Amino acid sequence: MAHGPATLADGWKAYISRWVFTTNHKDIGTLYLWFSFAMFILGGAFAMIIRAELFQPGMQLIKPEFFNQMTTMHGLVMVFGAIMPAFVGLANWMIPLMIGAPDMALPRMNNLSFWILPFAFAILTSTLFMEGGGPNFGWTFYAPLSTTYAPESVNFFIFAIHIMGASSIMGSINIIATVMNMRAPGMTYMKMPLFVWTWVITAFLLVAVMPVLAGAVTMMLMDINFGTSFFNAAGGGDPVLFQHVFWFFGHPEVYIIILPAFGVVSQIIPTFSRKPLFGYSSMVYATAAIAFLSFVVWAHHMFTVGMPIAGELYFMYATMLIAVPTGVKVFNWITTMYKGSLTFETPMLFSIAFVILFTFGGFTGLMLSIAAADMQYHDTYFVVAHFHYVMVAGAVFSGTAAIYYWLPKWCGKMYNETMGQVQFWVAFIGFNIAFMPQHFLGLAGMPRRYADYGLQFADWNMVSSIGAFIYGGAQIMLLFNVVMTIRKGKPVVEDKVWEGAEGLEWTVATPAPYHTFEKPPEVK
Amino acid sequence: MSEESTYYVPEQSKYPIAAATGFGLMAYGAATWVIDSSNPYILILGTLVMTVVMCMWWNTVITENIQGLANAQLKHSYVLGMLWFIFSEVMFFAAFFGALFYLRVIVNSWLGGEAAIGIFDDTPTDAAVANNALLWPGYETQWPVMETPDQAANGDAAIFKGPDQAMSFPGWANILSWLPLWNTAVLLTSSFTVHIAHTGLKNNNRKQFVTWLGITVLLGLIFLVLQAEEYIEAYQHMGLTLNSGIYGTTFFLLTGFHGAHVTLGTIMLMVAFFRSLKGHFTHDDQFGFESAAWYWHFVDVVWVGLFLCVYVLD
Repeated sequence: MAHGPATLADGWKAYISRWVFTTNHKDIGTLYLWFSFAMFILGGAFAMIIRAELFQPGMQLIKPEFFNQMTTMHGLVMVFGAIMPAFVGLANWMIPLMIGAPDMALPRMNNLSFWILPFAFAILTSTLFMEGGGPNFGWTFYAPLSTTYAPESVNFFIFAIHIMGASSIMGSINIIATVMNMRAPGMTYMKMPLFVWTWVITAFLLVAVMPVLAGAVTMMLMDINFGTSFFNAAGGGDPVLFQHVFWFFGHPEVYIIILPAFGVVSQIIPTFSRKPLFGYSSMVYATAAIAFLSFVVWAHHMFTVGMPIAGELYFMYATMLIAVPTGVKVFNWITTMYKGSLTFETPMLFSIAFVILFTFGGFTGLMLSIAAADMQYHDTYFVVAHFHYVMVAGAVFSGTAAIYYWLPKWCGKMYNETMGQVQFWVAFIGFNIAFMPQHFLGLAGMPRRYADYGLQFADWNMVSSIGAFIYGGAQIMLLFNVVMTIRKGKPVVEDKVWEGAEGLEWTVATPAPYHTFEKPPEVK
Repeated sequence: MSEESTYYVPEQSKYPIAAATGFGLMAYGAATWVIDSSNPYILILGTLVMTVVMCMWWNTVITENIQGLANAQLKHSYVLGMLWFIFSEVMFFAAFFGALFYLRVIVNSWLGGEAAIGIFDDTPTDAAVANNALLWPGYETQWPVMETPDQAANGDAAIFKGPDQAMSFPGWANILSWLPLWNTAVLLTSSFTVHIAHTGLKNNNRKQFVTWLGITVLLGLIFLVLQAEEYIEAYQHMGLTLNSGIYGTTFFLLTGFHGAHVTLGTIMLMVAFFRSLKGHFTHDDQFGFESAAWYWHFVDVVWVGLFLCVYVLD
């Protein structure tokens, strides 16, 4: 392990084989992050097409069939291609550094988990060019729309889901094994940074629910091609079964996306408040409670499907219960900032925006959890606005904060603070212009996933589209900032890039050497 | 927790990218094949690539272990990896068992215009009654579903026709000719034999280890042959197919996936058997065998669940 990683100076061949054959957690983390950014741009392009078409009523740019494919692919690419791999990338980079491990527990499998993803998304994206078009049934792919009435390419979609699920399971097993087995001496569970805690709980969720998703798509595959009747009442099955199986995966999935985001914010807010995290252990327990509750609330996505009243009531109250541990978290973040000596660097700005906007998204979630009221909100733009507040202002803002926060440690260069802050404000303003009006549209009755709408919705849709374009532009600025930092950023020499930062990752040199903690550090 | 700095991190490896390529080809090939059954070639190619890579990869891991590169901490990582992999398999089956319970207990009642479970609704809801009267008139709640809602409503024009005969308990008089019972006996016995082998290995009794491991492999193969026999029987004589409504659907998917896992477990045990013949495994270095044994116990437990929920309970 003496020589360092191959660089471009060693020639193309060596450079490419470094990345393709790597077993290094930092390399693999970098691969994940760049891949997820590429997918973010792709999914973002789909979103821009959607918003361009919805800029005004009537059909302008694309056909409704293609619009359906865009909504579906936007959701799939963003959830499975952009947000999840982004956090896996952060986990790869940071977990070994945070717990004082030399690498991930199973380094070769780590590389396999990553390299499955490009194949999965190549298959998924190629469906757009197939006869009959790509998946057009929404990212939740409800049967029978995704079975009886699906285009032929649904089979490619199914197997793409299968292999990206396998990738997620391997990645999670790796994270669990790393955290359980690779902690430095003295790094007890209750000393682990919160990012590690949230990720290991996320990994448990992933190992538990990705196989259920595999089961759901397998049932689809059998119904489509082999004459079974899981989702067909004629044979004694039930299309609602699909929704139950899907949301048993799907609800934990949304926490899979948001829990690592909680972890990131719980690292950043103490750093820039120059205070330790308030209520560390309650944060851990709250995360575990949220994870547990995520398994028993799935049918709140299906209030209008015709469940017995007892079921509606149970899922309503169970869902509201989630507000308790989530409230604990929000309270702790705010209390961490209380009386701290705060500074507002870009990562902190994104984190504070996260707390505010995520809480806002949480409140609309509470509104949606009221079964009786959901009869009105269900499948409207109110839902779209709700989950974009938690997915974008939640997960994506937190991911962006993480990039700004750790980029100096990764590459040894400091980003341009002015550019970072400009990017934040463009993203923040653009996001709210894009999604705040969608609440109004939804409450006024505009259904989601339609290529056209009534004239009464025209104004807010135009506003929303303008906001979406601004927000899209903010991502190009993010790319620009990151590339400029890597190429021309001001070198950082301190190990501890941020003066208020705590943790093992700030004890290694800047930029982080290729191999760290080959001798485990002592944690007191 | 780590106590030494010799955790083995291979510098580079060509296996992951090769495996990912094989996996990608398998996925693309499988989709191509289900659409056009005359084109299984990409799937076959992918499977071949995958098989070769897996063999080489595990061969390397075994060699590394023999060379002493795997310290106790790394072995513990393997143990954790295997245990959590088995947990993910449990959840895969949970999806199918959950589907079975939902279909049997709730959907089946509603299709017949009945109340589902006491705590939810004692009397049938209007929706259930209307569902039955308007969509599937004549369908009566039953398990196994011998007459599908489709048949009840549409008679001979139905697409989904129930089986002529189900796999359920045939009564005490015919119990000895009931294949699932034999399968249960075979698989339960094999769980014991693999445990005897394990005990032998722990006590450094090589002969006991190899012999009973061999017997376990044999029992695994017998189970698979019996299950194949059962499927042939179902298709040729009982009219029980994938297409015969929800009973055939759940029967074949649950037992089929279990059978696939038995196949995988048998292969793992077989590899362990041939390695044991070469003198691999000692009482303190037995992960390869132990993980196969854990997996075997797991498929056994799943079978007990299947036997009860798919075959016995009516």
